Amino acid sequence: MLYRPINQNYHDFIVQRDRELCINCRVCERQCSYLVHYWDENRKQVMHDNAKCVGCHRCEALCPTGAIVIRHNPSQFRENSHWKPWFIKNVYKQADGGGVLLGAMGNPQPYPIYWDRLLLDASQVTNPSIDPLREPMELRTYLGSKPDSLEFEEKEGKPSLKTKLSPQIKLNYPIMFSAMSYGSINFNLHIAMARAATELGIVYNTGEGGLHPDLYQYGPNTIVQVASGRFGVHRDYLNAAEGSDALSPAPHHDIYSIEDLRQLIYALKEATEYRVPVSVKIAAVHNAAAIASGIVRAGADIVAVDGFRGGTGAAPTMIRDNVGIPAELALAAIDQRLRDEGIRNRASVVIAGGIRCSADVVKAIALGADAVYIGSAALVAVGCTMCQRCYTGKCPWGIATNVPSLARRQNPEIAKQKLVNLVRGWAHEIEEMLGGMGLNSIESLRGNREKLRAVGLNEVELDIFGVKPAGR
Amino acid sequence: MKYLIIGNGVSSIGAIEGIRKLDQESEILVISEEEFPTYGRPLISYYLAGKIGDDRVWLRKKDFYSKNKVTLKLQQKVTALKLAEKRVVLQGGEEERYDKLLIATGGTPFCPPIEGSQGEDVYFFTTLAHAKKLDANCANLKKVVVIGGGLIGLKAAESLFDRGVEVSIVELAPRVLSAAFDDTAGNIVAKRLKELGFNIYCNTTAKEIKRTEEGRVKGVLLQSGEFLEADAVVIAIGVVPNLTLAKEAGLKVNRGILVDKKLQTSEVDVYAAGDVAEAYDFLVGENRVVPIWPNAYSQGFISGQNMAGANRDYTGGIPMNSIGFYGLSTISIGLVNPPEGQGFEISTYVDEEEEIYRKLVFKDNFLVGCVLVGDVDMAGRYAGYIRFKVPITEDKVKAHLINNQPTYLEWPEEMFQAQWNSAARIR
Amino acid sequence: MKRVYVNPEVCIGCKLCELACLTEHSQSKDLIIAYREERMQGLLPRNTVEESGWITASLNCRHCAEPYCIQACISGALTKDAESGRVVYEEEQCVGCWSCLMACPFGAIKRHPIKEKIVKCDLCPERSIPACVSACPNQALTFEEK
Ligand SMILES: Cc1cc2nc3c(=O)[nH]c(=O)nc-3n(C[C@H](O)[C@H](O)[C@H](O)COP(=O)(O)OP(=O)(O)OC[C@H]3O[C@@H](n4cnc5c(N)ncnc54)[C@H](O)[C@@H]3O)c2cc1C
Ligand code: SF4
Ligand code: SF4
Ligand code: SF4
Ligand code: SF4
Repeated sequence: MLYRPINQNYHDFIVQRDRELCINCRVCERQCSYLVHYWDENRKQVMHDNAKCVGCHRCEALCPTGAIVIRHNPSQFRENSHWKPWFIKNVYKQADGGGVLLGAMGNPQPYPIYWDRLLLDASQVTNPSIDPLREPMELRTYLGSKPDSLEFEEKEGKPSLKTKLSPQIKLNYPIMFSAMSYGSINFNLHIAMARAATELGIVYNTGEGGLHPDLYQYGPNTIVQVASGRFGVHRDYLNAAEGSDALSPAPHHDIYSIEDLRQLIYALKEATEYRVPVSVKIAAVHNAAAIASGIVRAGADIVAVDGFRGGTGAAPTMIRDNVGIPAELALAAIDQRLRDEGIRNRASVVIAGGIRCSADVVKAIALGADAVYIGSAALVAVGCTMCQRCYTGKCPWGIATNVPSLARRQNPEIAKQKLVNLVRGWAHEIEEMLGGMGLNSIESLRGNREKLRAVGLNEVELDIFGVKPAGR
Repeated sequence: MKYLIIGNGVSSIGAIEGIRKLDQESEILVISEEEFPTYGRPLISYYLAGKIGDDRVWLRKKDFYSKNKVTLKLQQKVTALKLAEKRVVLQGGEEERYDKLLIATGGTPFCPPIEGSQGEDVYFFTTLAHAKKLDANCANLKKVVVIGGGLIGLKAAESLFDRGVEVSIVELAPRVLSAAFDDTAGNIVAKRLKELGFNIYCNTTAKEIKRTEEGRVKGVLLQSGEFLEADAVVIAIGVVPNLTLAKEAGLKVNRGILVDKKLQTSEVDVYAAGDVAEAYDFLVGENRVVPIWPNAYSQGFISGQNMAGANRDYTGGIPMNSIGFYGLSTISIGLVNPPEGQGFEISTYVDEEEEIYRKLVFKDNFLVGCVLVGDVDMAGRYAGYIRFKVPITEDKVKAHLINNQPTYLEWPEEMFQAQWNSAARIR
Repeated sequence: MKRVYVNPEVCIGCKLCELACLTEHSQSKDLIIAYREERMQGLLPRNTVEESGWITASLNCRHCAEPYCIQACISGALTKDAESGRVVYEEEQCVGCWSCLMACPFGAIKRHPIKEKIVKCDLCPERSIPACVSACPNQALTFEEK
C-alpha cells in the first residue's frame, strides 16, 4: 500500500462504504471479481482498494444493506481543456506498462450523436393519428432480396405468383440481437438470446465463435456468422440457421476484392442450398456507401452496417475511439446510394451500433434501415453497466466472461425474460410512434425521411441525411 | 383389520405412524407393561439430572393416541402368544384377538450373577419408573457405584453426579464406551469425566455388592480387590432382548427375534421391531441386534407399513450414537472399530487441546464409519456418505472428508439429483 | 408438498439467502440488527450455502417424506405435520442430544451456538414464499411442488 505505480493513484472510482449500514457480511467481497473488497483480518471488517475498481456497480447492486455507493474519483488535475484527465491517465498507464491501451464496448467519446439531432413527426389536424391499441399495427419485417417486379400467372383459375422469391428472414419486430460471439459473452446468454428470439419471433446472430450444438434447436431464429477467423464454420453450422452473415470488421485474409467476396457469398449460398439469405456486415467507414453498393452487386441479400458506437469485447482504445464514422450518416448514405443506383430492393439494410431506445429504432428505419441490431442494449437489459472492461474477461455481471463462477450469474431464464420484455416494450413504443405519425405499418416508415426533422445540423449533414431542418 | 402392538416404546410409535399413513381407520391396540404413555427413553437421564421435568419426557403430544385412534392398555403384560388362534393372552388371563401382530417388547436390563445384587439399593436405569425411583431417593445418596461404563451407565452416572452424588464407574473393558466408540474417543470422554471428579475403574468388575446387616448396600468389592464405599449401586451392564414371549410361542429367535426383510417373523402376520428384533444391518450385510433408537423407530415404521399392506423392505439401519458429556459432544456412526487386515483404511485427526477428535473409516472408496468428538457439526453429512454409499472416487473429495469438509456438492451427480433436485446439474 | 429446490448451475454463492433467513428468524426482522446483534446472541441462518470450488448451492431441510431426523429424535421435538408435510421443530422440547443432527444425511440441522438446542429450517410458516427464495437474486432457489 505504501507505494504504488502512479497510474493506480489516479484511479477512476471510489468505493464509498457507509459503515453505519455495512454489516461486514462480505457479499461485496464475493461479488467483486476485481478483488476490490477484501476481508481485513486485523480490523475484522471488510475493506477495499479503490485503485482496482472499474465502476461496474455489481457490489452496489448486491449489497443487502445498501451500504455502497461507487463514485467518480473527485480528485482533479489542473484544468486544461487540451490535456484532459483521460489523456493524462492514458499516458501514465502506457508509461508504466507500455503496450496498447485496451477498451471495450463502443466509442464513448463525445462525438455528435445524430439520433439526438433528429426529431419525429406527429399527425396534426390534416392527417389523423392511429391508436395502436384499437387498430392493427404491422411491425413485421422481411429481410432479404426483393424482386424487381412481380409476375403472376393463372393456376387452376386462381392467380398465383410466378416470380421466384429469394429466401427471406421473417421478423415480428424490426429488431435483432447483434453478433456477440460465444467467447466474448457466454453460453448462458447465447441460450437466453436464442430463446428470447424464438419467443419474440425475431433472430439473433451467433457472432463469430461458432454455435454450440445445444443451440441448433433454435436454428429458425439464428443467423450464423462466418468471420475472418472462420471459427467453427462447417456445413452443419451454416445449415443450422435461418440466415448467414459474412464478414466481421477484421480482414478476411481470403477476401481482397469484391470478386473474392462474391465467391464467398456464393459459396455460402451453395452450402445452404439457397435456402437462407446471406448477409454481409461492414463497418461504417468513409466510403461505406460505395462498399455497400459493391456488396449488393456481389449478391448479398442483406447489408449490415456497424457504426463506431457498436460494442466490441476487446479493441485497442485508439481504434475504438478514432476509427469509423457515425452509423447514422453511413446508413443515410448507403440507403440513398442504393436508391440512386436502383438496387435498393436487391438487399435489406440493417444498422447496428449504439441503438439505445425505440426512438433510435424508428429514426433508423426512417433513414432507410429495414431493421436494427441491438447489442449493447441487450447486454444492458441483463445487467451490463457499461464499465467497458469486457476485455478482462472478468465481468462481474457474468456477461462478458466465460469464467464459470461468473458466467452463472446470468441465469438464462431471467436473461431471456429481460430480453423479451425489452423488445416487447420497444415494440409498443414503436407502435405508438408510428400511430402518432399516422402510419399503421413499419413498411410505410422505411426510408420515409419526410417524417424526420433535424436540429442543429449544418447544410452538409442535412444533405447527407436528406432531412429538412426543424421548422421547414 | 385389527392391529395389535405389544410394547409401547419408540418402535411402537413408529408402527402407529407407519400404519396410519396407509390405513386411517382400522383398530389399533397397544398393550404395554409400563404405566406411562410413550416417553423418550433416553430422556430419563435428563429427567434424573433435573434438566427436564415430568412435562417434557413425553415423545408425542397428549392427544397422539386419540388423534390416531389408538386404544392404549397400560400396565398390562402379555404373557403368552396363541399364534394359531391369532390371540394374545394378558396377565389376568384376558385375551385379545389380532389380524396383524407386532412384537416391540424392547429389552430388559441384563443382571449378571453378582453376589448381593438382589435386594434394596440396587437400581437399574432403563425406564422412567427406574428414574423416578432413583429421583425419589437421590437426596439420601452420597456415593453411588455404577457398574457398566457403556452409554447407559455413563448417562446414569452423569445424572447422579449432577444431583451432587459422588459417582464411581466400574467397567470391565480397558476403557469406557468400548462398544460404540474407539479408544481415543473413549479416553477423551474418560479424561473429561475424571477432571470433573468422577472415579473410573476400568479392566475390572464388581465381585460382590456388600451389604450391612440390615441389608442395605455398603459398597462394592471389585475383582481387583479394591473396595468402593457406596449407598447404592446402579447396574447398567447391558440390555437383552425381551425374547420370552417369542421363544415360548415357537418363533425363530437367535440373539433377537429373527425377521426377514419385511420385518416379519417366522410366523405370517407376526412382525417384530426395535431392540427385540434381529434385523438387517446393511453395513455388515447380515442380521444383527442393533439396539438403538433410530433403528427402533424405522423398523417400527416399516413393519407398520407392511402390516397395513405395503410390502416394503427394511433396507437396514446403521448403528449410530450421539452422546454429550458436559458440553463434550461425541458421535459415532457405522463401523468404528473395524477388524484388522480386511482392507479398511483409517484416518484420524486429534487436537487434544481443543478436545477435538475425528476418525473416519473407509473401505473400497466408501466411507463406512466415523467417530467425532468435540466438533460434531458435520456428522449428518458423514452419515449421508455412509447411508447412501456415496462413492469417493476423487482424492480431493476424500481430502475434504478427512478435513471435516464433507459436502453433497461432491456427490456423483445422479445421487445429488436423486436426493436433492432431480432437475439440477452440479457440474 | 412445496419444497425449496436449488439449481446449483445458477447459484452464485452470494449468500443473500442466508442473510434473508437470518433476518426472517430474528426478533427485529431487521437485517442490520439481526446480523450485528442477534447473531452474537446465537441467531443462525437455517440454510447453508455449500461450496465446492466454484460450485455453490444453498441447501436447507428437505422436509423429507420419511425424515431421518424424526426417527432419531428422542424428545419428540421433531414431528411431521400431516397436513403441510413440514418437519416441524419445537424448540421447547429439544434437549440438545444432537441425534437428529447425526441422523440427517443432508446436514440440514445445526447446533445453536449458545443454547443446547438445534436450529432447523421451518419453511417460513408466516410467508407464502420462504425468505431465502424471495431473496435469491438469480432465481437459483425455487419453491415448488416436484
Ligand atoms: C437410559 C437410556 C438411554 C438411551 N440412550 C439412547 C441414545 O441416546 N440413543 C439411542 O439411539 N438409543 C438410546 N437408548 C436405547 C433406546 O432407548 C432403545 O433402542 C429404544 O428405546 C428401543 O425401543 P423399543 O421400542 O424397541 O423398545 P423399548 O423402548 O424397550 O420398549 C419396549 C416396551 O415394551 C414393553 N414390554 C416388554 N415386554 C412386554 C410384555 N410382555 N407385555 C407388555 N409390554 C411389554 C416394555 O415395558 C416397554 O415399554 C437408550 C436407552 C436407555 C435405557
Ligand atoms: S455487501 Fe454491503 S453490508 Fe455486506 S460487507 Fe459489503 S458493504 Fe458491507
Ligand atoms: S464490484 Fe465493480 S463497482 Fe464494485 S468494487 Fe468491484 S469493480 Fe468496483
Ligand atoms: S432435517 Fe434432515 S432428515 Fe429431517 S426432514 Fe430435514 S432434511 Fe430430512
Ligand atoms: S441467494 Fe441464491 S444465488 Fe445467492 S447463494 Fe443463495 S441460492 Fe445461491
